[in-house]
Amino acid sequence: MIDTVNPIIAPENLIYAKSEVLLDNIMHYCPGCSHGVVNKLIAEVIEDMGIQQTTIGIAPVGCAVFAYNYLDIDWQEASHGRAPAVATGVKRLLPDTFVFSYQGDGDLAAIGTAETIHACNRGENIVMVFVNNGIYGMTGGQMAPTTLPGMQSSTCPFGREASRDGHPLKITELLAQLPGTSYVTRQAVHTAASVRKTKKALRLAFENQKLNKGTSVIEVVATCSSGWKMTPVQANKWMEENMFAYYPLGDMKNE
Amino acid sequence: MRNIDKIVNDMAKARGAVVVDSVICKGCGLCVEACPTNTLQLAAEVNDKGYNYSYMAAPELCIGCANCGAVCPDSCIAVYRAKA
Repeated sequence: MIDTVNPIIAPENLIYAKSEVLLDNIMHYCPGCSHGVVNKLIAEVIEDMGIQQTTIGIAPVGCAVFAYNYLDIDWQEASHGRAPAVATGVKRLLPDTFVFSYQGDGDLAAIGTAETIHACNRGENIVMVFVNNGIYGMTGGQMAPTTLPGMQSSTCPFGREASRDGHPLKITELLAQLPGTSYVTRQAVHTAASVRKTKKALRLAFENQKLNKGTSVIEVVATCSSGWKMTPVQANKWMEENMFAYYPLGDMKNE
Repeated sequence: MRNIDKIVNDMAKARGAVVVDSVICKGCGLCVEACPTNTLQLAAEVNDKGYNYSYMAAPELCIGCANCGAVCPDSCIAVYRAKA
């Protein structure tokens, strides 16, 4: 609906538009999915830093498996959970490139826990973007290691119970303990202010990689409105009320 | 303090406009929620995919803050701003 009558809509007045690093493919994510915002922020950071030609992304298995369809950079698909291991290989062979892995909680905190922890412990000079929505979104909303106590999912319809299902895994806190990590933070993308903060965190992580400081981990507490069976706006509210209590936002380590 | 007054004054003077790509918009409503001036609403009509896309229901209220663009997961919003 381009309003040709409105005089404000002119190229010289443009202050915000889609990043040029983003391709024109329509994202497959559900309406209101946090993945779309995080993909966009990575694209904006890559554009701002002018590193489109030298950035290599490692795509995960999960909802973000098609990330290579959306960002116009080099990508390598990894098998489930192995993105940090693949990122290690790519970064060691091509040390002048910027390498980041993009993973969800099922990928990074469940099947890929070993790769995640050892890559961070070795202090691999990579950026790990971790999108945590507390659920296995792609396969139909099953319980993940990060599912909150009492939270319902398709495999715990009466709520997660710690005595039976274990406790939610705060893997970002774990990673902050390791000497190999240099920057560990937890952010969110539910409001415009938090989106801008997350963008700053991503920028710092990529700057750290330029300085060979070690692993940077950016956790983004995210929503899965389809898996949580809520509207996107309700999901954001639910996240603020429940997820942030268990996964408090802020920097855990910044060296 | 004078500086803050100036910023607030400049913001009040700014006029904005939002262009939503109604083909790509999935009608999630996050931009409507993020809009501080209730400029945006979801349309009663749907696009080809069946989504009630977002549009400027009250163009005169827009201040060009770009909050809608920041929270849009599908990057289908462009924001323009000019001094009133």
